[in-house]
Amino acid sequence: MNLTLKIWRQANAQATGSMETYPIENVSPDMSFLEMMDVLNEQLIQQGIDPVAFDHDCREGICGMCSMFINGEAHGPDRLVTTCQLHMRKFKDGDTITIEPFRAKAFPVVKDLAVDRSAFDRVQHAGGFVSVNTSGNTQDANAIPIEKHDADRAFDAATCIGCGACVATCKNASAMLFVSAKVSQYALLPQGKVEATDRVLNMVKQMDEEGFGNCTNTGACEVECPKGISLENIARMNREYLSASLKV
Amino acid sequence: MIPSSIARKVAMALSGLFLVVFLGQHFTINLTSVFSRSVFNELSHFMGTNPLVQFILQPILIFGVVFHFVMGFVLELQNRAARNNKYSTYKGSANANWMSRNMILSGAVVLSFLGLHFYDFWLPEMNYKYIEVLPEDPNRYYEELVHKFVSPVRVGLYTLSFVFLALHLLHGFGSSFQSMGLNNKYTPAIKTFTKIYAIAIPVGFVFIALFHHLNAF
Amino acid sequence: MATLDSKIPKGPLSDKWTNHKSRINLVSPANKRLIDVIVVGTGLAGASASATLAELGYNVKTFCFQDSPRRAHSIAAQGGINAAKNYQGDGDSTYRLFYDTIKGGDYRSREANVHRLAEVSANIIDQCVAQGVPFARDYGGLLDNRSFGGVLVSRTFYAKGQTGQQLLLGAYSAMNRQIGRGKIKMYNRHEMMDLVVVDGKARGIIARNLVTGELERHGAHAVVIASGGYGNVFFLSTNAMGSNVSAAWKIHKKGAHFANPCFTQIHPTCIPVSGDHQSKLTLMSESLRNDGRIWVPKKLEDAQAIREGKLKPTDLAEEDRDYYLERRYPAFGNLVPRDVASRAAKERCDAGFGVNKTGEAVYLDFASAIIRYGKEQAHVKGLDENDMQLVKKLGQDVVRSKYGNLFQMYEKIVDQNPYETPMMIYPAVHYTMGGVWVDYNLMTAIPGCYAIGEANFSDHGANRLGASALMQGLADGYFVLPYTIGDYLSDDIRTGSINTDTPEFEAAEKDVQKQLEAFINNKGTHSVDYYHKKLGKIMWNKCGMSRNGKELKEAMKEIKELREDFYKNVNVPGGLHEFNEQLAKAGRVADFLELGELFAKDALERTESCGGHFREESQTPEGEALRDDENFTFVSAWEYQGEPAKAKLHKEALNYEEIEVKTRSYK
Repeated sequence: MNLTLKIWRQANAQATGSMETYPIENVSPDMSFLEMMDVLNEQLIQQGIDPVAFDHDCREGICGMCSMFINGEAHGPDRLVTTCQLHMRKFKDGDTITIEPFRAKAFPVVKDLAVDRSAFDRVQHAGGFVSVNTSGNTQDANAIPIEKHDADRAFDAATCIGCGACVATCKNASAMLFVSAKVSQYALLPQGKVEATDRVLNMVKQMDEEGFGNCTNTGACEVECPKGISLENIARMNREYLSASLKV
Repeated sequence: MIPSSIARKVAMALSGLFLVVFLGQHFTINLTSVFSRSVFNELSHFMGTNPLVQFILQPILIFGVVFHFVMGFVLELQNRAARNNKYSTYKGSANANWMSRNMILSGAVVLSFLGLHFYDFWLPEMNYKYIEVLPEDPNRYYEELVHKFVSPVRVGLYTLSFVFLALHLLHGFGSSFQSMGLNNKYTPAIKTFTKIYAIAIPVGFVFIALFHHLNAF
Repeated sequence: MATLDSKIPKGPLSDKWTNHKSRINLVSPANKRLIDVIVVGTGLAGASASATLAELGYNVKTFCFQDSPRRAHSIAAQGGINAAKNYQGDGDSTYRLFYDTIKGGDYRSREANVHRLAEVSANIIDQCVAQGVPFARDYGGLLDNRSFGGVLVSRTFYAKGQTGQQLLLGAYSAMNRQIGRGKIKMYNRHEMMDLVVVDGKARGIIARNLVTGELERHGAHAVVIASGGYGNVFFLSTNAMGSNVSAAWKIHKKGAHFANPCFTQIHPTCIPVSGDHQSKLTLMSESLRNDGRIWVPKKLEDAQAIREGKLKPTDLAEEDRDYYLERRYPAFGNLVPRDVASRAAKERCDAGFGVNKTGEAVYLDFASAIIRYGKEQAHVKGLDENDMQLVKKLGQDVVRSKYGNLFQMYEKIVDQNPYETPMMIYPAVHYTMGGVWVDYNLMTAIPGCYAIGEANFSDHGANRLGASALMQGLADGYFVLPYTIGDYLSDDIRTGSINTDTPEFEAAEKDVQKQLEAFINNKGTHSVDYYHKKLGKIMWNKCGMSRNGKELKEAMKEIKELREDFYKNVNVPGGLHEFNEQLAKAGRVADFLELGELFAKDALERTESCGGHFREESQTPEGEALRDDENFTFVSAWEYQGEPAKAKLHKEALNYEEIEVKTRSYK
C-alpha cells in the first residue's frame, strides 16, 4: 500500500505546530498503525528529518500510552482498539491519513503527537484510592462477600486504561467517562463505600480545575473508548455526586 | 455561575425538564383550539387572568427559560475553551448523532423562535393587560390565535422552528435523565418515550398551526 | 570489594522470615522522616514499594520513563496471581506453593527466598482486595480461583484476562494516596541514567527529564531498582517497547552482580511474526492450551503447500497431522510446561514443518474442543447430538465464553477467524528469571542499593511458573523490601539529607553527559533500531530456545563487533535538550549490547540444561533436557570488570534443606 500521511508536527509545548505531509510506500496491510509509524520514522531519519514523536509502550492495547487522533477519530476508525492494535488493513491503497495528537486544553502537547495526560494522574491523587495501609494486617480477603453483579460491574469500570480517548473524542473535551469509571469502581465495592462522599466531591473538583469541558451526553466517548466503558458510569457518578453534595 | 460541572449539568437537566413539562401543558391548551373555540377561550382566559399563574408560575417559567438559555451559552463557551487548539479533521458523525452535537444550534433557533413568539403573543398580551389595561374579553383569544396563522411566512417559520425544537428535544429530553443519574434497565424505555414525545409534541404544534392556516381560507 | 553473602537467616526454613523480621533493626517513625529513598520503576514491585515506604514515613522519590506510573508493563500480565490461600480446600498450603515454585524453577532458586514468597502470598490477596482490586468472584460473592500452569491445585486469583492491570492499578492507587499526601514525589517521563556511589554506598541517581532533556541529580539514603526484566535484548519479545535493562545494567557496572543472565522464559503461545516490520510480539494466555491441540502437518509437502497458500489447514485429514506434543509427551500432552512446549515447536519448525509464510508457526486448534463442548451442550439441552451444524455453534459459544477476548485479539491482529481455522502460534521471549543478584534482604552487592521484582534474579530459578511473577513483584514491594530496608537505613538516621553537590555526583553526571553528547555528535549511518534488530537476531538465533557452545562463542564475538560498530556508526537525530525518543533509545540499546554479551557468556559457562536454558550438549538420548546438579547447583553472579566478556564469576551455592532435588519428567 502507498499512503499519504498528514501529521501534526510541533517541536515542543511552546511552539506553534502545523500539519506536514509525508508520503509512505510499501506499507503491509498486516502492520499495526504504530509499526507503520516506525517505518515512517526510519525513513525520516534516513532523509535527515526529525522523526515524529509519539507515545507508545506495550503495543498490545493495555498500557493506554498510545494516543493518536486518526482521520478525525481517537485511535482511528476501528472500534474497541487502541492505536497500537489498529491495523493497516483498515485503510486502502492511496488513502490520505490525517494524524493529530489528542487535543484538549488539559492535555498540552509535549511534542508532535505526544501529549501530557498528567491531569488524569492528578484527578486520581485527589481520591482515586481506598485509604488502607499496605501493612499486611488487613482482614481476610473473603471476609466481605461481594455480590457478583456488583463485582462484575466494578470490574467493567476498572478496565479503563486511562488513554484519554474519551477526552480526545468528546466535542467538549470532557473527562467524565474517565473520572466516572474510577468513581464507579470504588462506589460499587464495599471497600470503597466508606470514603465515597469525599472521593466523588474531590475528584470532580480536581477534574474541573484541570480545565476539562462539561459533559453534554453525546455518548461519543463510549463509542470511541477502546475498552467499551459504559455511559452508565457517568450516570452513577452524577448520582454519587448529587447525594454527596446533599450530605456535606 | 454554578461552580461544579456536574451541578451545572443537573441544573440544565432540571430546567430543561421543566420546560418540557411546560411545553406539554401549552400543547394541551393549544390543541383544544382545534376541537372547541369555547374550551380554548375558557382555558386561555383562566391562564391569562389567574393570579397564581400570572404572578407565580409565569415568572418561574420566564426564569426557567432564561436560565436554560444563558446556561446553555455559558456551557458552550466553557466547552469551546476546553479545547483551545482545534482538530484539523474531526469526524463527529462517527460516534455521536447530529442532535447531540448541535444543541447550541437547535437551541439558538428555538430561542429566536421564542423571540418571534413573544413578539406575536406575549408582548401584545402584556401590553393589553398591564400597560393599556384594556377591559378583559374572555372570548378574544381564539380570534387572536387564528389571526396569527393567516400569514404563510409565519406558519413556515413556525414549522421550521418546531423542527429544530424536535431535534433539540430528541437529544435533550432523554439526556436529562442521564444527567440526573438515571441510567438503568428502564433507560431504553425512557429513551423511547422521550423520543416519541420529542417528535409528537412539535408535530402537534405544527398540525395546529396548519389546521388554522388552512381553515382561514 | 563486594562479596557474596546471601545473608540467609539461621533456623528452620519456615521460621526464618518471622525470626528475621523480629530481629532486624528498625528506624523509628520520627527518624523515617529524615530519610529519603529513591525507587526506579513503577511496575508492581516499584509501585507497591513506593506506596509502602511512604506509608511507613520515608520520603520517597519515584521515577518512571512512561507518562504515568500506571503504564508500567506489569499492566499487560493476563492470567493471574498465585497465593496459598487454600480457599478451594484442595490441599494447598504454603509448603506446596513453595515446593511447586522450587520444582518449577528446576532447582535453581534460593530456598529461603521462595519460602518467604509463599508465606506472604496470602497477604497479597488480602491487601489487594482491601484496596478495591476487582478479582473474579463466584455467585456466593467469594473469590474465584483457577488452576494454572500444570500445578495440582487451584490457587490462581484472576481478574478476567487482565489481572496485571488490576493489580497495578491497586498499587498505583496506593501510590496516589501517598502522592496526594506529599510523601511520594513522582517523576514521570524521567529515566535513570546512572547510580551515584559515595564511600561505597548508593547515595543517589542521575536522572534525565525526557521532556526537556535536562540531567538532574537526586540524592537519597537508599536506591531501589524495580525496572523489570531485559527480554527486549531479543528486540522481539512480549515486553513493552520501552522495557529496558539500563537501570539494572548501570548498577551492575557500579558494582552490583548480575545473576543468571541466560535464564530466559520463552513463552509457547504468542502470535507469530508476520514480517520484518514487526515491532513486538503479543502473548496469548497459556490457558488456551487447556482446550487447544497443537499440531503441524505430518508431510513436508503439505507444510510447503500450506506456506504457499495452496492448502488450508482445515483440509488436512486427521492422519496427516502431527500432534507432536501428544506424541512426545503422552502423560502431559499439550499441557507440558512452557520451556518444553516452546522447544518442541522450534524443533518442528526447524525441521521444515512451520505453517505460516515465514515458516515459524504451529497450529493451535480448537476444532475438537468445539465439537466436544458442543456435544456436551447438545446433550445437556436435550438437542440432537448428531446435528453437526448445531453442535459446532453450541461449542463455539462455550469457547467464546472462555476465551472470547483472546480470540477477538487474535482476529484483530492476524485477520483470521480462530473459530473457523486453527490459530497460529509461535514461542516468544516473555520473562527473564535472571537479573541483579540480591541477598535475602533484597540488597545488591552495593550497600544501600536494592533490586526488586523481575529486575532481581528472583525466586524463579531457571523457569518461572505461570502466575508467579505478579506474586513476586508485590511480595517484594509490599511485604519484604519495606522491612528489610530498615535494617540498612537504621545506620543512616544521623546522616542528614544527601548533598548532591559533591565530586561523585559531578563525575557521574559528566559521564552521562559525555555519552549523550557522543551519540548526538556521532552522525553515523544507521539508526538505533538497525542495531537493536541485529542484536535481536543474534540473540534469537544463537542464545534462544536451544544453545550450543559453538554458537554461543560466535554470539559473543558478533555482539562485541556489533557494539563497536554501533558506537562508530549509529545515527541519533535531534538534540540533547528536547523530547528525543531516539536518544533515549540509543542509551538503552547501548546497554543491551553489553548485556547480550554477558548473557551469551553465562549461557556458555553453564553447560547443563535446566529450565529455560537448553544446552544441546546436555540432553538425554530422547532429546530431553539433562540437568547437571553435581556441577551446577549454584547461582552464577557476574561481577563487572570493565567489559562484559571479562566479567568475573561468583558462585552462590544453592543448598536445599527441605527439598529433595529430583529430575523433571513429562513423558
